[in-house]
Amino acid sequence: MAETLTTTLGVTDDAQLAPPSKVGDRLFKSLAMVMGLSVGVLIVLVGFTLWRGASMSVHHFGLGFLTGSKWDPVQEVFGALPFIYGTLVSSLIALVIAVPLSIATAVFLTELAPPRVRQPIVSVIEMLSAVPSVIFGLWGIFVLIPWLRMHLFPWLQKLFGFLPLFQGPNYGVSMLAAGIVIAIMILPIITSISREILRSVPDLQREAAYGLGATRWEVTRIAVLSYAKRGLFGAVVLGLGRALGETMAVTMLIGNRPEISASLLAPGYTLASVIANEFSEATTDLYLSALFEIALVLFGVTILTNILAQLLIASTAGPKASRAIQ
Amino acid sequence: MDLAKKLGNLAVTAMMLGLAGKASAQMLINGAGATFPYPIYSKWFDEYAKVDDSVRFNYQSIGSGGGQKQILARTVDFGASDGPMSDENLAKASGKLLHIPTVAGAVAVTYNLPGDRKLKLDGLTIVDIFRGKITKWNDARIAGQNPGVELPDIDIVVVHRSDGSGTTYIFTDYLSAISRPWQEESGKGTAVSWPVGLGGKGNEGVAGQVKQTPGAIGYVELIYALQNKLSFADIKNTEGKYISPSLDSITAAIAAAKVPDDFRFSMVNASGDDAYPIAGTTWLLVYQTQKDPTKGKKIVEFLNWALTKGEEMAPSLDYAPLPKSLRERVLAQVKEITF
Amino acid sequence: MNTSSRYHAWRKIKNLTMSGVSFACAIVVIAPLGLVLFYLIAAGAGAIDWHFLTQLPKPVGETGGGMANAIVGTLALLGLASLIGVPVGVLGGVYLSEYSGERMNWWIRFGADVLNGVPSIVWGIVAYTLVVVPLKGFSAYAGGAALGFMMIPLIIRTTEEVLLLVPNGYREAALALGIPRWRINLQIVMKTALRGIVTGVLLAGARIAGETAPLLFTAFGNRFWTHHLKDPIAALPLQIFTYAISPYDDWHRQAWAGALVLILMIFLINIGVRALTRGRFSGATR
Repeated sequence: MAETLTTTLGVTDDAQLAPPSKVGDRLFKSLAMVMGLSVGVLIVLVGFTLWRGASMSVHHFGLGFLTGSKWDPVQEVFGALPFIYGTLVSSLIALVIAVPLSIATAVFLTELAPPRVRQPIVSVIEMLSAVPSVIFGLWGIFVLIPWLRMHLFPWLQKLFGFLPLFQGPNYGVSMLAAGIVIAIMILPIITSISREILRSVPDLQREAAYGLGATRWEVTRIAVLSYAKRGLFGAVVLGLGRALGETMAVTMLIGNRPEISASLLAPGYTLASVIANEFSEATTDLYLSALFEIALVLFGVTILTNILAQLLIASTAGPKASRAIQ
Repeated sequence: MDLAKKLGNLAVTAMMLGLAGKASAQMLINGAGATFPYPIYSKWFDEYAKVDDSVRFNYQSIGSGGGQKQILARTVDFGASDGPMSDENLAKASGKLLHIPTVAGAVAVTYNLPGDRKLKLDGLTIVDIFRGKITKWNDARIAGQNPGVELPDIDIVVVHRSDGSGTTYIFTDYLSAISRPWQEESGKGTAVSWPVGLGGKGNEGVAGQVKQTPGAIGYVELIYALQNKLSFADIKNTEGKYISPSLDSITAAIAAAKVPDDFRFSMVNASGDDAYPIAGTTWLLVYQTQKDPTKGKKIVEFLNWALTKGEEMAPSLDYAPLPKSLRERVLAQVKEITF
Repeated sequence: MNTSSRYHAWRKIKNLTMSGVSFACAIVVIAPLGLVLFYLIAAGAGAIDWHFLTQLPKPVGETGGGMANAIVGTLALLGLASLIGVPVGVLGGVYLSEYSGERMNWWIRFGADVLNGVPSIVWGIVAYTLVVVPLKGFSAYAGGAALGFMMIPLIIRTTEEVLLLVPNGYREAALALGIPRWRINLQIVMKTALRGIVTGVLLAGARIAGETAPLLFTAFGNRFWTHHLKDPIAALPLQIFTYAISPYDDWHRQAWAGALVLILMIFLINIGVRALTRGRFSGATR
C-alpha cells in the first residue's frame, strides 16, 4: 500500500484547512497493528499456557509420557499412548471414508454438474458444515449407534469376523462409530477446499486434453487431478487437522476407554475427549498437569498438520485458495 | 449495518429480559460435585428457592472428583462428594474443610436384559464380572444363584464411570472390602484403573449407557435405576441374605455405621440382617471459615434447613435420611461454621 | 478397426461410470444433512412449545421445564465474545489490508489460519487458566473469553478479504482530498465494505454459537437465570450435551428440542448472510 501520500491544500486562499492529523494516523495505525499482531500473541499465549501447565508432568514422565499406555489417576501413572492411538485411528477411519467421497464430489461439482444442480448441492454442503459437533453427537447416540449395533456391526462381524479388526463384543459405541461421525463432519471442508483446488487448475490443461480427444473422465484424470495432486493432498491434510481436534461428537460416541485394541468395534479414547471428561475433576496437581500435557500434544499435532496443509494448498492453488471461512 | 445493530440490540435485550426475570437482588451460590445425590439436591435447591427467594443455589453435577477439585480451588462456594476426601487432599485446602453428611443412598448394580428379571448376585461374582473374568450372562456362577431364571447367551458389557466419582468410590470400597484380588489390582477410589468396560460420564451417563446397550451391567445410585426403569440386582450381605437396595435396607446399613468426629466414614458391607451391602453417605464440602459473610450466612441457613426439613424429602426419592443421633452431631458441626 | 471401436466403447463406458460414481458420491455427501435434519425435526419439533422456550429446567427426574436460560445464555455469550472478537478481528483485518507489508501479511494470515485450526477445547483450557483461576470462579466472562478468542482469527481473515475488494480508487481519491489515513479507513473503506464485515462477523458468530467444548470448564452451566456476568451461565450446546448423555427420556426429548432451536438459530444467521451478499457475488463459473 502506498505509504506516504500526504498532500497539503489550501495554501493560497483564505480557506485554512488543517493539515492532516498525524497523531490520528499514528494512533489508528498503531491500534490496528496491535490488533493484527494479536494473532502472534494468541499463538504464543496458548503455547505458553499449555507449556506452563504441563511442565510438572513433563518433568515427571519425560518422553515416557508419549509411550506409556497406562492412564491410572489413582496410582498417578499417566501415559498418553492410548489417546494418541485413539485420535489417530479414529481420524484415519474418518479420512478413509471421507476422502474418496469428498474428492469425487468436488470433481462432480467442478467438472460435471450443470450450474442448476451445482448451486443447491454447494448450499447443502455449506449447511452441513454449520451443524455443531454436539448435534452430531446427539444424533449419533440415538440414531447412528443403535443402527450400527443392530445392523452394520453384526453384518461386518459375519462377513469379516476373521479379521482382528472386527472381533470382540459389539457395544455400538466404538472407534468405528466415532470415525464415521468424524467423517461426516470433515466432508464439507475437504469437499470445499478440493473444489477450490480443482477450480484453480488452468483451463488450458483441460482444453489441451480435450484437444487430444480425451473423454471427460480422462480429462479429469489426466489434466486436472494429476495437476492438482499436491493441493488435493493439502485438502486431505486439512481435513485430518479438523478430525484430530473433534471433541464433542467423539466423546459421546467412542466409549471412553483408555485402551489400545486391534478391533475397530472396541471402545477407545482420544486426546480431546479425555480432556473434556476429566479436566474439571483432576484432583491432584500431577493429574491436572498430565491433562495439560495431553492438550499440549494435541495443540502441537494440530498445528503441525495445519501448517503442512496450508503449505500444500498454497503450492498448487496459490495463496488465495485458503479462504477465510472454511 | 442494520442487521448487526439489530442483532446486537436483540442480544442485549434478551440479556436484560433474562436478567430482569427475577429480582436483581438475588444472590447466586455455586456448588459442584457428586451426581449420586443430584436428584435430592436439585429437589432441595428447587424447594429452598421458595423458602428464601433472595438466593439461588446453582449445582452442577460433574462428579465427586470435580466437586473436590473445585472446592479446593475455591472456584465454587461448596463442593459435594460421596467419596471422602483423602488426608492428602484435605491438607491442600486453604482452610479447614468440613465434611457435612446429608443423606445416604444405595449403589444399585443395574443391568439391561430382556424381560423384567430380578437377579441375585453375590459380591465375588460382581467382582469377577467387573474384572472381566465372567463374560457371559449365562455363566454358571450367575445361573447358580438364580435357579429358574432364563439367562441369555450374550456378552456382558461392563459400564463404569469415566469421570472422578464418589459412586465409584462407594462401589470399589465394597469390592475392595470383599476381594483381595480387586484390592490389589484396582483398589478403591473416585477413579480406578478398570480391567474392562465402557466409560459413562456421571451417574446419568452410566445409566444412559446401560439403558442403550443390551447385555450391559453398571453401577448407579438407586434413584437413577428407579427413575429410568432399569433392573437392579439383589446383593448378598454379610448375613448371607440377598437384599434389594431400598430405603429400608439403606437405613439399616447406616444405623450400623460408626461415625468419627470428622464425619468421614464408610458403610459398605454393613452388618445386620436387613442391611444392603453397597451403601454410602454423601457429603457437602464446606469451609469452616466462610470468606464471604453474606454467602456464608446463606449457606449455613440452607444447611440447617436441609438437615431438618430437607431430610423429610429424602425418603420420597429413596435416599435414607441421617439417623437422629447423627443428625444432631452434624447440626452441632454446622453451628461452628463462621462467616 | 474392431479393437479400436471396442476400445472407444470401453472409454465411453468408463466415462459414464465415473460420472455416475461422482454423482452418487455427491448424493452420499449431502445425505447426512438430510438424515440429521429429519431426526431433529421429527424428535424435536414436537417438544418445542411455549413452556420450553420460557421456562427454567426442572429438578432432575421431573418432566417438563425448559431451556429459556440456555437460549438467553447463548445469546449473552455471543455478545460477550463479540466484544473481544469484533474489535480485535476487524481492526486486525484493517491492518492486514491497509497497512502491513507483503511479508507481515503472509505471517499474520498464516498465524490466523493456524489459530483457526486449534481445537476448541484448547481455547477452553486457556480461558480457564486466564479467567476462571484468577477470578476464582466459573463465569460468563470466561465463556465469552474462550469464544471471543476463537472469533478473532475468523474475523481477521474475512475482514481482510472484503477490504481488499474495495477499489483503490476510493482511497486515492480521498487521499487526494487530504483526508487523513485513519479517517479514510474508518469512514470510507470500512463503510464501503461494511456489509462484508458484518457478514464475516455473523458467520463467525454462527460458528461459535454451537461450540460446547470451550464452555465445559468456563461457563460451567446454570440451572437458573444468570444475573451477573461473573456467575456461571447456561448455554444451549452445554445443555444439549448434558441432557443427551443422561438416562432420562424427558431430557432426551428436550435435548432434541434444544438442538432444533440451536440449528434454527445458526441457519437463520446463515440465511441472513446469504441475503446480505446477494447480488454481490454471482454464482461461480465452476
